[in-house]
Amino acid sequence: MAYEKILTRYRDLPNYTGTIDEYITQGGYQALPKALREFQPADLIEIVKRSGLRGRGGAGFPCGVKWGFTPKDSPKPKYLVCNCDESEPGTFKDRMLIEEEPHQLIEGLIISSYAIGCRLAFIYCRGEFVSGAQVLERALREAYGRGYLGTNILGSGFDLDVHVHRGAGAYICGEETGLLESLEGKRGQPRMKPPFPAISGLYRSPTVVNNVETLSNIPHIVLRGAEWYAGIGPPKSAGPRLFSVSGHVERPGNYELPMSITLRELIFDHAGGIPNGRRLKAVIPGGSSAPVLTEQHLDVPMDFESLAAAGSMGGSGGVIVMDDTVCMVRVGEIVSRFYHHESCGQCTQCREGTAWLHKVLRRIEHGQGRKEDLDLLLDMCDNMKGKTICVLSDAAAMPIESYLKHFREEFEIHIRERACPFEGKGAF
Amino acid sequence: MAECSVFIDGKAALVPTGTTILQAAGAVGISIPTLCHHPNLPPIGVCRLCIVDVEVGDFHKQVAACHAEVQDGMTVRTATPELERARRFALELQVADHPSECLDGETGEPCELRDLARRYGVTKRRFMEDETRYPLDESSPVVTIDLNRCILCRRCTRACSLVQGQDILWIMGRGDESRVSPALSLPLRDTACVSCGQCLAHCPTGAIRDKRPLRPPVRPEAVVTSVCPYCGCGCQLDLNVSGEQILRVTSNFDGPANRGSLCAKGRFGYHFVDSPDRLTRPRIRRDGRWEEASWDEALDLVATRLREIRDRHGPDALAVLSSAKATNEENYLIQKFARAVLGTNNVDHCARL
Amino acid sequence: MISDETRKRFDELVKRYPEKRSALIPILHEVQAEVGYLSPEAIAWVAAYLTLSPADVMSVASFYDMLHLEPVGKHMIYACHNLTCSLLGAERLIRHLEDRLGIRMGETTPDGLISLKRMECLASCGTAPAIQIDGVYYERVTPQKLDELLEKLRNGRLQGSRT
Repeated sequence: MAYEKILTRYRDLPNYTGTIDEYITQGGYQALPKALREFQPADLIEIVKRSGLRGRGGAGFPCGVKWGFTPKDSPKPKYLVCNCDESEPGTFKDRMLIEEEPHQLIEGLIISSYAIGCRLAFIYCRGEFVSGAQVLERALREAYGRGYLGTNILGSGFDLDVHVHRGAGAYICGEETGLLESLEGKRGQPRMKPPFPAISGLYRSPTVVNNVETLSNIPHIVLRGAEWYAGIGPPKSAGPRLFSVSGHVERPGNYELPMSITLRELIFDHAGGIPNGRRLKAVIPGGSSAPVLTEQHLDVPMDFESLAAAGSMGGSGGVIVMDDTVCMVRVGEIVSRFYHHESCGQCTQCREGTAWLHKVLRRIEHGQGRKEDLDLLLDMCDNMKGKTICVLSDAAAMPIESYLKHFREEFEIHIRERACPFEGKGAF
Repeated sequence: MAECSVFIDGKAALVPTGTTILQAAGAVGISIPTLCHHPNLPPIGVCRLCIVDVEVGDFHKQVAACHAEVQDGMTVRTATPELERARRFALELQVADHPSECLDGETGEPCELRDLARRYGVTKRRFMEDETRYPLDESSPVVTIDLNRCILCRRCTRACSLVQGQDILWIMGRGDESRVSPALSLPLRDTACVSCGQCLAHCPTGAIRDKRPLRPPVRPEAVVTSVCPYCGCGCQLDLNVSGEQILRVTSNFDGPANRGSLCAKGRFGYHFVDSPDRLTRPRIRRDGRWEEASWDEALDLVATRLREIRDRHGPDALAVLSSAKATNEENYLIQKFARAVLGTNNVDHCARL
Repeated sequence: MISDETRKRFDELVKRYPEKRSALIPILHEVQAEVGYLSPEAIAWVAAYLTLSPADVMSVASFYDMLHLEPVGKHMIYACHNLTCSLLGAERLIRHLEDRLGIRMGETTPDGLISLKRMECLASCGTAPAIQIDGVYYERVTPQKLDELLEKLRNGRLQGSRT
C-alpha cells in the first residue's frame, strides 16, 4: 500500500511556493480554529500524548509528556521555543520544511502555544539559515495579517506573538539549554539540569523547546485525531518521519515515510541504491552522532526501538550512506573533527576529550598511528559517555566506538602499514 | 527548616533542604574532589570531578555534587571504581598540557591540580601536549596571568564578574580554544582592572598568581589570620609569614566582613610593614630637625599646644580630621573628643570624596 | 559608526524580548554587516548600547563561527567540509577554491574582496557538496560551477546578504 504523505504532501503539487493562500487552499489553518473552539489546552496535551508523537530533533522524547511537565498555574509567563537549529550532520529536513511549507510549522506553533499557555514564542534558526529565516519572517507577517497571530486570535481571546531569532553558527545551540542561553544573548553553553526547561527555561520561566518537524505534525494530529496518527507506523514510533538520505545513493533527498520502513527499503527502493555499481559499506542512520550500521543491519526498521536494539539510534533522521570506497578511519577523522570544533568547552572530558579523539584519529589516518591507539580510543570513548553536562561528549564518543567495533581491522591496517590503504582510490 | 536524611557512602547525614551533595558529604567528613568548585562562587559543574552516583527511589543517575541538592532518602556513592576511573581520566586530560614544572612542584606555588594528580597517581603517560602555548601577561602591577597553567575552571571569571562586579575577565573562544582573557586580548594593565586580586585568590593552579613569586627557600612558615590595617571595614586576611617577614597576604574566606574579598591595598600593600621608611616611634621637630621622642613626651606636647591654641584663639581655631584607617568606634571617639573636649564642631574625615 | 536608522531598528528589536540582552546576537549580525567585522569600536558600541561590558560581548561573539572579530573580506565563502560533502568531493572543491583565489581556507584575498572559511554541516547534505556565499546556498557544486560563481562574484553579479 502506498504511503499517503502528510508533512510533505505539498511537494507533489506543481508550482507550490508555500504562501498562506496556497497553504489554506490545501486545507491549512483548519486545525487552528478547531483547536481554539473545540478544545481546552489540557485536552490538546492529552491528544498529543495519545497520538504517540515523539520529538523529531534527536532524543525522541514524547511530545505531549514534555508539554505536560510545564506547571499548570505558573506565576511566570510560559514560553515555547521552536528549535530550528538543525545542525546534526546528515540532516536537512527542517530547512526544507521552513523554506517550503512555513505555515505548517507556524500553525503547529500557534496550537502548541495555546496548549501550554504561551503568549510569546520564538523560532530559533541556526545562523546559516539566512533565507529560511526570511521565509519564516514573511510567513509570520502573512499570519498576523490574517489574524492567526496577535491579539484575540480568531475571536478566541487567545493572544500570541512569534518572533524569528537567528543564531550565529554553533552546533551546541541545538541542545535545548544551549539554545536557551543563546536566545538570552549568551554563549550557547548548555545548563546543568535539573532544573529542566519545563520548570525553569527561557528567562528562568517554564519553557517548552520543540523541533520544527515535531511542531509541523501538530495541525494534522488536531485535524485528523490522535488515533489516526497513532495508527501510522509502529506503535511506539508513531507518525510520519522525514528521513534525510545523503551520501552514496542515486537519489539523495528527504523521504517522508512511516518508521516501519527498513533501512534497505529506504536506501534501495526510495533513494535508488548505491551508484556506480558499488556495494554498501556503512550507513549512519540518525545523524553523525549515531553509531554506524552495516549491510547486516539492512532489514532493521527505522523506528526508535529497533534502531536502538541494533546498537544505533533514530536520532535526527539523517541517513548517511557510504559505499565500499570509503575509508572508515577518514570518516572517524571527519566526524571527530566536527565534535572537536563544536564542543562548547565547559566540561573537561568533552573539551579535551573531543580534541584528543580528533588528534588520535588524525594520526592513524595519516600513517602515524601507534599500536596502543585503538585501546586508547576505546578507553577515551568509554570515559566520555554519561559524565558531562550535555550529551555532546557522548555524541562524539558513540560513533567512534562503533567504527572500531565494525571496522577494527581497517584501523589496524592503517597502523601496521603506516598509511591509509584507501589513499588516492577513495572519493575523498 | 525542613531537613533531609541522606546516606553518603554508608554514613547517615541529616542536613537542611537545599544543601548540595558536596556540602552534605563535607558535613560527615567525606571529601569529594573538585577543581571548578569554590564555596564563594555559584557552582557550574564543569571540571566533572565531583560526579557522584545518586539513587532516590527508582531514580538512579550520576550528578555533579557541587550543584545537585540532596533529597530526602537519597543514597549517594562518592567513590565507586567507575567514578574514580572517570576522575583519573579527567585529571589525565587536565595534566596533558599542564607545565611539568608545576606538576613537579618546582614553582613553590600551591596547585590543586598537582595535589589531585598526585592523589590519583595521574601522569602525562598517555596524553602529552605543548605546555607553553601562551606568553605571560605581566602587565599588571600585581598579578601575572599564565594561561599555560589554566585549567578553564572559570573561578577567576566568576570572581571577577559575580563577586567583584568588574567584568574584566571572560572566557573567549570555544571548545579547547577557550581561554581566559580581558576584552580584545588587551594586557590587563590596559583594562579597567582595579587590581583587587579576586582572580588570583580563586585560582586553583597559579595560572593567575601574585607577581612576586614564592621561590624556595622562601616558604611561608605559618599562616596568621589578621585584620587589614587599611580602613575600618575590618576585612580579615591571612598573613603568610616567615619569621617576622610577611611573604604574602592571602584571602580568608571565613572572614564574616569580607568573605575573602580584599582591595588592592589590603591584598598587595603590605610592604610598608617592614619598610625602612616606616615611622615606628614619635618624632618632634625642634629647630627644624626631627628628633625621636617618647610617647609621653609627644602626647604631652600635643596636649599643651592644643590647650594654648584654644585658650588664645578660641576652640574654633582647632579642627579635627580623622582617617578611614580608624574604625567606626575610633572615629566616633575623635568627633566626641572634638565636640566635648576641644569644644569645636570642626570635624572632618578623609573618606568623603 | 552605526547609522541612526540602524539604531532605531535596534530600539524596535530590543522590544521583542522580555530581557534586552536577548537582542545581542541579532544586533551583532547587523553591526558586523554594517562595519564589515566586529571591530573593537563595534564591540564597544554594542556593549554600551546594551549596557554590557565589552569583555562580556566579546566572549559571546567569540563563541559563534559566523561572528568575526578580525577583519574579513567583502564577500564570505563558507565551504562545508563535513561528512556527506566530503564523501562527494568537498576537499577537491576546497583545494580548487584555494588555488583559484591563491589563498588558504581561513584567509582573505589581498584585495580584501573574498574570505574563505571551512564550515561544519550546512544542512545541505541532500544536495552536496554545498557552499554558501554571503548567506546564499549553492548546491551540487562542481569546480566548473565554482569558477562561474567566482566570476559573477568578482563582477558584482551575485546577490547575497551579509547579515
